[in-house]
Amino acid sequence: MIAPSSKRRRWLGWLTALAYLLPALAVYTFFILLPIGNTLLNSFFDWTGFSPPIFNGVENYRELFEDQIFLQAIYNNIRFILYYSIIPIIIALMLTVLLTRRNLIGRNFFRASFFLPYVLPMVVIGVAWRWIYNPVFGLLNDTLRGVGLESLARPWLGDFGLAQPAIGVIASWVQFGFCLVLFIAGVQNIDESLYDAAKVDGANELAQLWHVTIPGIRAEIQVAAVTTFIYALRSFDLVFVTTRGGPGYETMVTSLYLYQNAFQYNRMGYASAIAVVQTLAILLLSFLLLKATRADQ
Amino acid sequence: MNRFLGRFSFSSFITYFILIILTVIIIAPFISILLASFKTPAELVEGAFALPDEFNFQNYVNAWNQGNFGVYTRNSVFITFWVVTIGTLFSILGGFAFGLMRFPLHRILFIIFLIGLMVPQETYIIPLYHLQKDLGLNNTILAVIIPQIGMSVCFGIFWMRGFFEKFPRDLLDAAQMDGCSTWQVLWRVLVPNATAAISTMMVLFFVWTWNDFLLALVMVSSDSLRPLPLGLALFQGRWAANVPLIAAGATLVILPSLVIYIFLQRQFIRGITAGSLHGS
Repeated sequence: MIAPSSKRRRWLGWLTALAYLLPALAVYTFFILLPIGNTLLNSFFDWTGFSPPIFNGVENYRELFEDQIFLQAIYNNIRFILYYSIIPIIIALMLTVLLTRRNLIGRNFFRASFFLPYVLPMVVIGVAWRWIYNPVFGLLNDTLRGVGLESLARPWLGDFGLAQPAIGVIASWVQFGFCLVLFIAGVQNIDESLYDAAKVDGANELAQLWHVTIPGIRAEIQVAAVTTFIYALRSFDLVFVTTRGGPGYETMVTSLYLYQNAFQYNRMGYASAIAVVQTLAILLLSFLLLKATRADQ
Repeated sequence: MNRFLGRFSFSSFITYFILIILTVIIIAPFISILLASFKTPAELVEGAFALPDEFNFQNYVNAWNQGNFGVYTRNSVFITFWVVTIGTLFSILGGFAFGLMRFPLHRILFIIFLIGLMVPQETYIIPLYHLQKDLGLNNTILAVIIPQIGMSVCFGIFWMRGFFEKFPRDLLDAAQMDGCSTWQVLWRVLVPNATAAISTMMVLFFVWTWNDFLLALVMVSSDSLRPLPLGLALFQGRWAANVPLIAAGATLVILPSLVIYIFLQRQFIRGITAGSLHGS
């Protein structure tokens, strides 16, 4: 668009571009990029946040991989993938079949309803579900008592074996609508004639899902997988509001442990090492999943 | 024919049955919050879906005044307004530069912005906290607004560049022939044609900022500076027993998102799906 006819005009063009770019670049560089670099740097120091930092090499990292709580947190994050990613994708695939039926009434209404939790803050969702799980007046225990299954009533979020799945259910409840919206958008790009051909071959809906829909929306499934995997590895708000990592360390996740080390135990260097490990895990995972997408296409 | 019809309606009966049950499962928690927000503590034990005797707004009044939700709401509105406004402006300007201008380090600078899109907030929250403390910004509302703008522009530049890049070149050339300056081309030709892309981006900035929790949790320590989600989370930690008041607070938090969602559903869905399709 800017055709430089002389050196001076080219310089002018560059300066103009810089002027347009500068506001965003300045805020971003100073408040995001610089801190990203500092996290990496800080992770090699012993630092309380008050006294001067002391260089201690890879000591933080060495300690991290012997820290039982951190290892438990990683294990919990990995277990969360089931609830954040795998279950929602399966539910969403099933629902895609139902919601893409040709003469379905209210498709947009259902889609909008299922997507709703995704738009609202995790804090409110956590608060709402704390009541559902409340041992005394919660909806879940009330219902169980109502249908005579009193023996199954439990303090869900305080139970060692059940706290993790209890949070997991909330995560699946939030995520499946997001996956569904992606999948429906994908199905709309599939050639109708593929379905007609499958029907002529006598394929039922399950066979059509397997042979036409899933291959047709492979890219969308992979995007859903990357995004929800990342959510599983990052989960913070939901755990903070429901259990704060408890009971014991049953629902401790790396983000929460990072927060506690930094802002409750004043172990800034150690917390930075957690941040670096978590970020590398996320970037590596996204990269691998994206590479898989590319290889397929 | 009859057999076919019978089978057809049975299968669609099952379809609607499943869809309606799921809709109820999704909506029920929000209905129970809404109902609880109108109840007295005594009415609360009658069951989550029992209707209150009368819909009184006393809980809202109490939440607003004693619960400080009036202050939280004001903070949230203030923060969100400035992040959406400034974030949108900076994104349009930056997206314009990346989409339609040539300059040195074009590609590298763009990749640098992509880093901000991929790296999560938790990664840099600690140095960010110390940086803002050194600048004297800690425990101010600016400490929430500025980084949130920084995060928003990473997506916004990416998003607007995608739109500007595809804009028909002959229209731009024509405008320049007519003597429009670069600035005029942007605001008179490009922006009026980009309202759909811009509004989708603004909706996304709104949700991200309105729902944000971690940034405010770390940066703000005074109760009087807390935005709604943070206020709600700490309020329910302290007053776990006062369910009607928490419910009223929770309703205040979700109400704006809910209203915008109902009216701008398509923007929301398109924005969030497109955002994640591009963003990853």
